[in-house]
Amino acid sequence: MSRLTVISAGPGVTVQDMGRPGHLATGLSRGGAADPLALAEGAALLGQSPETAAIEMAGMGGVFTADRDLRIALTGAPMQATVDGERLHWNTSHHLKAGQHLAIGGAARGAYGFLHIGGGIATEPVLGSRAAHLAAGLGAGLTEGDTLPLGQDRAGETGLTLDVADRFSGGTVRVIPSMQTDQFAPGDLRRFEETAFSRDPRGNRMGVKMRFDGAPFAAQDQLVILSEIIVPGDIQATGDGAPFVLLSECQTTGGYPRIATVIPADLPRIAQAGPGAPVRFVFVSRAQALAAHRAHADHLAQLPRAPRPRIRNPHDIPDLLSYQLIGGVTAGDET
Amino acid sequence: MTATPLIRDVGLSGMLVTFADRLSEPANRAALAFRAAVDHAGWDGVRETATSLASAFVRFDPLTLDHDALKDRLAEMLASRDWLAAPLPQGRVLWTIPVALGGDSGPQFEEAAEAAGLTPEKATEEIAAARTRVLTIGFAPGQAYLGELPAHWNIPRLRQLSPNVPQGALVAAIRQLIVFARTTPTGWRHIGQTAFHSFRPGTDTPFPLTPGDEIRFEPATPEAIARLAESDGMGATSEPIA
Repeated sequence: MSRLTVISAGPGVTVQDMGRPGHLATGLSRGGAADPLALAEGAALLGQSPETAAIEMAGMGGVFTADRDLRIALTGAPMQATVDGERLHWNTSHHLKAGQHLAIGGAARGAYGFLHIGGGIATEPVLGSRAAHLAAGLGAGLTEGDTLPLGQDRAGETGLTLDVADRFSGGTVRVIPSMQTDQFAPGDLRRFEETAFSRDPRGNRMGVKMRFDGAPFAAQDQLVILSEIIVPGDIQATGDGAPFVLLSECQTTGGYPRIATVIPADLPRIAQAGPGAPVRFVFVSRAQALAAHRAHADHLAQLPRAPRPRIRNPHDIPDLLSYQLIGGVTAGDET
Repeated sequence: MTATPLIRDVGLSGMLVTFADRLSEPANRAALAFRAAVDHAGWDGVRETATSLASAFVRFDPLTLDHDALKDRLAEMLASRDWLAAPLPQGRVLWTIPVALGGDSGPQFEEAAEAAGLTPEKATEEIAAARTRVLTIGFAPGQAYLGELPAHWNIPRLRQLSPNVPQGALVAAIRQLIVFARTTPTGWRHIGQTAFHSFRPGTDTPFPLTPGDEIRFEPATPEAIARLAESDGMGATSEPIA
């Protein structure tokens, strides 16, 4: 079986897929890709299932090489990527030759970039998934010298690209009421919508805290709330009164009151907000949230047909002079 | 909170049926029985169910199963019987878990005993005599909340968190005990150490404990716990509850 070797990796590089849904009753949250949409986009670029395991890179990538030719795709937070010094476009599929070094640097915007490989990462699944779930102690971050088995690639095109929704700079995020929203004073709920938040730099796959100026957000009877089931997207008003948005690797129960829940379609915007990115919350009705959810599901269903050939940009052509650019003007070395 | 039982929304695709606004034995039983009934009904669009201390949770696909229709069905199910009088689930297991209490194995044991108004000897006696029940599994994989201890064990959580309480630690607060599934910071008092693993990925029983199971703690020496931890066993023995 061919393998991918990690020559170096940033501190938050893990194997991720769609996670392990269905284990809430046993205390294991779903986990999986911090930005499932980016996982689906990469799968579409390579013409494979969105369940295929890929490499998620938090803030910083790494250097990778393989012992066979690969098709790869890069999605999620845009990062600097090069092969033998040649820059690779993001949201695009590429060909990587055996032994070539793929170097992926820091995120220009956003938080999580993804490296997808034709055939996928073929590590042994645990509880139905290959995803590292660090909070549960499943799997670990990738480090120098790790090698990962690769699945069989059914082959296909490279050089395809995809237009993606920009969710890498924060922005307005739609929320719906949660189980304790009505325990917050109406004035605080208004203030929650009016406040300009920014994503605290100390976030991870479990969740991100929101920074803001102003009084803490607190529910009535905050200290006696019984711990209840938590779902990704829930916004807890934690002990210091700052909203904390739970992400895919969150704990399964929590005792802090939830002021609102981010709708699933907008959760990638939170996960992908880079440190300091501005965030605002706006309440929508359940009907509006459901319409957005349906539109999101339709978008995911359309994704496999969305990739198109990338039109070559002259800057990408390594030996520009060997091409005839304008009729009649040539490199002059033809006979 | 208004009167219970109560049906509330959890995000776009979750619904929570709560039987009490504080933990009680009947409410915990009701939650387990209600979850089992939802599972048994097998409604299309229900993706998974779970329980917390006094609630049953239903995750559903809102594109397949209409929110209001699910709420109506849950309300109808709620009204169909007295859930607080429901029996415990079938197939429960009694676990005996050796634990080293106090000393380096449980640096906050004496403090916890004092908070409960007990001498360390009396506290050891009461922990050994208690037959606690798994009230819920949550927070971390396989991690069980056990209760309830007698009323004088209603000791508060600490505001100052202990930074790294190890996997297998026995901790106490608010009439409950937990054997930690993972090393974690906590406000619960660290009273002992077991060799029990509540999450065993890669085995046939990744989540050994189930709500309704009963747990007995058997005082042991730190050496005995160390030996257990090195053995291949589970760090506990189990037998079916007849």
